[in-house]
Amino acid sequence: MAKFTENDLKKDLETKEYEYGFYTDIESETFPIGLNEDIVKAISKKKNEPQWMTDWRLEAFMHWKSMEEPDWANVNYKKPNFQDISYYSAPNSKPKYESIDEVDPELLDTFNRLGISLDEQKKLAGVAVDIVVDSVSVATTFKKTLAEKGIIFCSISEAIQDHPDLVKKYIGTVVPQKDNFYAALNSAVFSDGSFCYIPKGVKCPMELSTYFRINQAGTGQFERTLVIADKESYVSYLEGCTAPSRDENQLHAAVVELIALDNAEIKYSTVQNWYPGNKEGRGGVYNFVTKRGICEKNAKISWTQVETGSAVTWKYPSCILKGDNSIGEFYSIAVTNNFQQADTGTKMIHLGKNTKSTIISKGISAGKSQNSYRGLVKINKNAQNARNFSQCDSLLMGNECGAHTFPYIEAKNKSAQIEHEATTSKIGEDQIFYCNQRGIDTEKAIALIVNGFSKEVLNKLPMEFAVEAQKLLEISLEGSVG
Amino acid sequence: MNLKDKLVSSYLAFDDHLEDDSPIHEIRKKAIHTFEEKGFPTKKEEDWKYTSLKSILNKDYSVFPKGDKEVKFKKVRNYFLYDIDSYKLVFIDGVYSSFLSETTHDGLDICLLSAALSKSKYKAVIENYYNKAAAKNSISSLNTAFAREGAYINIPKNKEVEKPIEIINFSTGNESALMVQPRNLIVVGENAHVQIIERHQSLTANPVFTNSVTEIFAEKRAYLDYYKIQNDKENASLIDNTTIHQEQDSNCKVHSFSLGGKLTRNNLNFIQNGEHCESTLKGVTILKDKQHVDHNTLVKHNAPNCESHQDYKGLYADSSTGVFNGKVIVEKQAQKINAFQQNNNILIDDNATVNAKPQLEIFADDVKCSHGCTIGQFDEDALFYLRSRGIGLKEAQALLMYAFANTVLESVKIPELKRRINKLIANKIGVNIGFDI
Repeated sequence: MAKFTENDLKKDLETKEYEYGFYTDIESETFPIGLNEDIVKAISKKKNEPQWMTDWRLEAFMHWKSMEEPDWANVNYKKPNFQDISYYSAPNSKPKYESIDEVDPELLDTFNRLGISLDEQKKLAGVAVDIVVDSVSVATTFKKTLAEKGIIFCSISEAIQDHPDLVKKYIGTVVPQKDNFYAALNSAVFSDGSFCYIPKGVKCPMELSTYFRINQAGTGQFERTLVIADKESYVSYLEGCTAPSRDENQLHAAVVELIALDNAEIKYSTVQNWYPGNKEGRGGVYNFVTKRGICEKNAKISWTQVETGSAVTWKYPSCILKGDNSIGEFYSIAVTNNFQQADTGTKMIHLGKNTKSTIISKGISAGKSQNSYRGLVKINKNAQNARNFSQCDSLLMGNECGAHTFPYIEAKNKSAQIEHEATTSKIGEDQIFYCNQRGIDTEKAIALIVNGFSKEVLNKLPMEFAVEAQKLLEISLEGSVG
Repeated sequence: MNLKDKLVSSYLAFDDHLEDDSPIHEIRKKAIHTFEEKGFPTKKEEDWKYTSLKSILNKDYSVFPKGDKEVKFKKVRNYFLYDIDSYKLVFIDGVYSSFLSETTHDGLDICLLSAALSKSKYKAVIENYYNKAAAKNSISSLNTAFAREGAYINIPKNKEVEKPIEIINFSTGNESALMVQPRNLIVVGENAHVQIIERHQSLTANPVFTNSVTEIFAEKRAYLDYYKIQNDKENASLIDNTTIHQEQDSNCKVHSFSLGGKLTRNNLNFIQNGEHCESTLKGVTILKDKQHVDHNTLVKHNAPNCESHQDYKGLYADSSTGVFNGKVIVEKQAQKINAFQQNNNILIDDNATVNAKPQLEIFADDVKCSHGCTIGQFDEDALFYLRSRGIGLKEAQALLMYAFANTVLESVKIPELKRRINKLIANKIGVNIGFDI
């Protein structure tokens, strides 16, 4: 066999297609493009929402109209025309399914191709899944099992109908309507998303998971997730996303709010694999997401993310450490290849005493991509004995990509202890040589080194996801070392 | 009338007295235009996020001081390195003082920018270098528009300057509020060596606002060692804009000691244009009361095989604020770069604030770049150790502070200066220990 050279590897990578790029031909109802007050009202009506929710959306829309699209992030893209997008698309007009058997077989097939077999999962009793296609939640598994424990896990539209008091109490408390441009847009037009409530003292027995898929052309996806962990409860939540390959740029502007009450713990993991665009940088999803959690006393929120997809990513999962002794964690791997651009990081706002935060961010850039870490660690005046440790490492592959670090550190309390360190390097020739010497070929050596580089983050993922994430990393990066 | 309008209208009057045909005139016109358009930077600008100029812009500064005030050497002796021989360029209220200065034209030029701008024999140098390095932002442009006086230092090829050069700007308090805009141009020729000490000092408590621009060009294999002593009175504010262009194999070091003043902003830019350059940026900041110091550094690596080292230490007491905004850019062609950036801060009191923004922007893959930033407090165990050996709390803290800042101090190459800085630090901390251990 001829020697497998780095050039071959490079070619391999370039020709490697985005394997979730298919489009499923499902009958769907899509709103006309454009955004105005009537569309917002129409979405609300479609969802059969109570008046307070419609008003809340309209208020957000009013704010949005007066806001400007932010441009401080280290990304370049053609700004989407917000009047060119359809704000609502549902796979079909049937009412929500009672059981999986009623789901359109074509849709089920889609999920099988995505590697999420709903049937199988039902049998394995592993993960409860809520699936959102385009704008609407199509299936939620294990609802009954969860209900026995008092756990509410459903789509947010259902929650608005069935648990309005909970939604009303918490929605917009962590990410207010006018928080930022995309959050305001989402608040006005969000069509679905997941809602989760873990009652007091309950440890959720299984991983809860939402799978997001953009299917229709010309639509944007605006989902809203609200997770509430009541006192002394625990939940681990997973989120995955894919989209078909299209030449146009599709917009995804989501909002995730986490509320961890006293002594509660929320673990939120994301594997983001939206369509990243082709190797010339055409198409791909714009991923503009606002994620934030609030920790009350002794609570803990842990964000883990593996970002491999999207043409442009703008995402800063944050923790407000309001209660004393609360803990915030952020573990991230962001991989960019070809023309992808990612500007991602976190904010840790220390308000309570003895609060702790940890940030581990690994950025890997290859091809012609740009990868930025942007983070804020803020210690407020009353946050006695706050502690932060941040580590941001970047790995560069090839000489046409860029890696950037923009940390902001603000300390207003003398007892604060903050450490921040960042490194940027490439895979050492000696490291590869060492592996080669021991009979490991270059391709495997790189996979090995990248895996080692990302280990600290991968280890934080639930097992089911860790395997998927590792696979994703390999797909995204194999052979991109120049 | 606010300061911006006052400056713009003052410029019109100033412009009338200028010769029309001088090439500098064109540069000035362009610069005042930039300033008029952009105005003073505000906190809305990313680079000024943590520093507001509001508190210093509200004074009625006189822009063209009379400058007929003489200063007795005896009175200001302490501000000089009097125990060693040095070249001196002294400016009083922005005007050159021949009495206090010691210049030379003997094989090298250590003289005045006003002379260099007007005399034809310097024309080539001015055309080559003047305003070529200075940033084109509003605050540097403001200086460019008004700049008349400052140091002009030109060290020819292979010349090793045998004694340090001191550049000192005094303000006398003759005016109730004074704004000065010194402008320095320094060219270090091929294989030339020079040591420079720069200081801004007001002699009374009257408010002073200094907006200084220094352009430095280090040619091939040049060696520059530059010290900035910032220990001014409580009403003096300084915006220092220094840009250094480095050619192949040159080695430039800047040490900033920020101990005094009301508000100090250091814009320090290193641009590496040739291979094998080395840049060192170090600073010690010790603040109390309501002082505010902002170090804004930029190291731009444009060529391969270069190095840069940054080491900034800060100690903040009372309600003081420290800002560190360091940026390292490695361009695509600049492979094999080693860039290190270190920023350590200690908060002594509850009302003190530190804002740090260490940034890396890297476009080349074969690099080793790292930054580290810490914020913390005194090690209780170390304090206890010292106190159990009979050292008072204040002295023990002082020793720890000194040890903390020592990585910067140890690379000061002029022993007399080092001793002086040690003393300044001891004074600032309020202890009476000799640190010449």
